[in-house]
Amino acid sequence: MPAVQETVDQVRRIDVDQYKYGFETLIESDKAPKGLNDDTIRFISAKKNEPQWMLDWRLDAYRRWQTMREPTWARVHYPKIDYQDLYYYAAPKKKDGPKSLDEIDPEILETYRKLGIPLREQETLLGVQRPANEDGEDGEGATSGNGAERRVAVDAVFDSVSVATTFKEELAKAGVLFMPISEALQEHPELVKQYLGTVVPVTDNFFATLNSAVFSDGSFVYVPPGVRCPMELSTYFRINERNTGQFERTLIIADKGSYVSYLEGCTAPSRDENQLHAAVVELIALDDAEIKYSTIQNWYPGDKDGKGGIYNFVTKRGDCRGPRSKISWTQLETGSAITWKYPSCILRGDDSRGEFYSIAISNGHQQVDSGTKMLHLGKNTISRIISKGIAAGKSQNTYRGLVSAHRKAKGARNFTNCDSLLIGDKCGAHTVPYIEAKNASAVIEHEATTSKISEEMLFYCMQRGLSEEEAVALVVNGFVKDVLQTLPMEFAVEAQKLISVSLEGSVG
Amino acid sequence: MALLEIKNLHVSVDGKKILNGLNLTVEKGQVAAIMGPNGSGKSTLAHVLAGKDDYEITEGSVLFEGEDLLSLSPDERAAKGVFLAFQYPLEIPGVATMMFLRTALNAQRKKRGQEELSAPDFNRRVFDAAAKLGIERDMLRRGVNVGFSGGEKKRNEVLQMALLEPKLAVLDETDSGLDIDALKIVSDGVNRLRSPERSFVVITHYQRLLDYIVPDVVHVLSKGRIVRTGGKELALELEAKGYAQYQEEMA
Ligand SMILES: Nc1ncnc2c1ncn2[C@@H]1O[C@H](COP(=O)(O)OP(=O)(O)OP(=O)(O)O)[C@@H](O)[C@H]1O
Ligand SMILES: [Mg+2]
Repeated sequence: MPAVQETVDQVRRIDVDQYKYGFETLIESDKAPKGLNDDTIRFISAKKNEPQWMLDWRLDAYRRWQTMREPTWARVHYPKIDYQDLYYYAAPKKKDGPKSLDEIDPEILETYRKLGIPLREQETLLGVQRPANEDGEDGEGATSGNGAERRVAVDAVFDSVSVATTFKEELAKAGVLFMPISEALQEHPELVKQYLGTVVPVTDNFFATLNSAVFSDGSFVYVPPGVRCPMELSTYFRINERNTGQFERTLIIADKGSYVSYLEGCTAPSRDENQLHAAVVELIALDDAEIKYSTIQNWYPGDKDGKGGIYNFVTKRGDCRGPRSKISWTQLETGSAITWKYPSCILRGDDSRGEFYSIAISNGHQQVDSGTKMLHLGKNTISRIISKGIAAGKSQNTYRGLVSAHRKAKGARNFTNCDSLLIGDKCGAHTVPYIEAKNASAVIEHEATTSKISEEMLFYCMQRGLSEEEAVALVVNGFVKDVLQTLPMEFAVEAQKLISVSLEGSVG
Repeated sequence: MALLEIKNLHVSVDGKKILNGLNLTVEKGQVAAIMGPNGSGKSTLAHVLAGKDDYEITEGSVLFEGEDLLSLSPDERAAKGVFLAFQYPLEIPGVATMMFLRTALNAQRKKRGQEELSAPDFNRRVFDAAAKLGIERDMLRRGVNVGFSGGEKKRNEVLQMALLEPKLAVLDETDSGLDIDALKIVSDGVNRLRSPERSFVVITHYQRLLDYIVPDVVHVLSKGRIVRTGGKELALELEAKGYAQYQEEMA
């Protein structure tokens, strides 16, 4: 199986430091003064040349945030964050704002090149193949996937600003708007105003409210009625600046009968201090529309002893606003020191459908508390949750989920499957499912298993010729197979590699 | 030179002594049967040969083709041609048998500096071998041993052996759990692989198996050592008299 082999080769090349995106880019940046107050917010808003209503919205959020408390219900532990000791805005210094890629700081281009993210359109991901069909189909030699060239449009967010967005013109031809949210505020303020904060209200939770006050950039997508977005859209987030929080805001609107698939990826330099990342993502699917949102989260997880790493406190929610709409979340979570994240679906439209597919891997001293909420409001709404948690090292991995069927959600159905896999005996896996059914016709099914990669299993594989790393990779890939298959094919291979790299050093 | 040479092997687990000065030589091309009471150390011997952790080897040596086997990791031993058909094969959910076989074969080939097999070539080999063992293609698509019956698991072990073409195959009670027809199919599978270049250590409780796989030599293992060695008629004698005469105290 070539993917496993590649994985192992890659694992070998990385010796001590497993995290290969930990380098730092040395560039000058433009920062807001340290700390948080009305002036910081005015500074950010002015930098972006925002309309007055946006500034007012932010200031209102900030006032409300000051009355809120940091949540403590998640199974994560971290020292108190001093919110006055952070920078809330950092942007690469530039003259007048790059008009084309040639004006972008070459250091930044180099950073994205090192990360494997193509910013020049002609360098986009070429011919990435799905992992060869492993099921031994009768069709002899049926191994090559779709070798056709596939293009992916990228929005690259570096610290607090978007530095480049590719394929904009081509997307515009299809009527698809794909741009930094700061730009959308200039060009399509009415769309932003209509939808911003309608899925995650300003006061939703501590971190979302903070984000509402200080968010700096993120992606904006609007797909007009009946349009099937002609390519994958993706945003690539990079935190570079020291002591800087990243607060991105993403807003995706799929108008009636449209379809879009979107992927976000993230990395950060390896540093001793912890860094805060508090994002908000809002998805809106109108009648018959479909949004597929995938995440490959690979923020710096901290070192072997648990020093450093990203605190990832993220609010992601999708609103199936129209009948027969569909939103599906797929996430591969391998990074961050702390993950606090529950991508959710509000199933408002009748016959709408929400899906959550998750692979959450924790190793070293990582703490993951993640899951989903499926809120069934409309009739005959369907949700499906498949969660695979893998805990290794000294990590703690919790699945936390809520499925609720409202009084009016006649015929609501949910299926949940939560599996946990433990590697070694110093880690923990926990499953916390909440179920609320307020009408008798709702059918909610829940399955959960916890298993362990046993020495016996590894020995069995090794007896057949696999090294220990190959054996772990094989067993884990088998465990996550159902979810991996839901990722867009461009990323499935990358995801498979990442899984193995994350588990490097988890045995022995 | 013998293929396998075990000298004065002492092995303990958790401080408990299990192999106690075991000597055993397996010649190239030889089929050696090992019989012995429950708990006498047969599986322990098989695991130690394959390189399982948790066993403390306090004394003795094991040479494979004249080389020290004990210093190698399990996967290195596999690549050198040591194969163990497990008494209790493990299940690996989500990993299709077909993929497992390909991963294993290619891992071994790579360690030996050989090319990976092309997919059509590989598929042909597997389907041929499976057909001979009466293994349905549908089973090859299922997770390794997941939901397999006891007999199917054993057949799957023999399929892996056929595909990996080891120099030394240790079969740990591969006959237990097989119905009469399956016993015949599996034995035929083993017999087809017999060659002057390949040796077998066949661990069994039943003389019946040795009617199908006729051994060159039969060893009796009791209390952690080989206490008697003879021809295939020794198996018949054991069947008649049992192990009582070998049950003296461990030295
Ligand atoms: N991990 C262990 N801890 C303690 N004792 C062990 C361990 N593994 C094996 N033993 C003991 O070692 C002895 C030999 O076990 P082994 O499995 O080798 O026997 P066997 O000859 O294969 O028996 P059977 O015919 O029942 O398969 C048994 O008494 C067993 O309980
Ligand atoms: Mg045994």
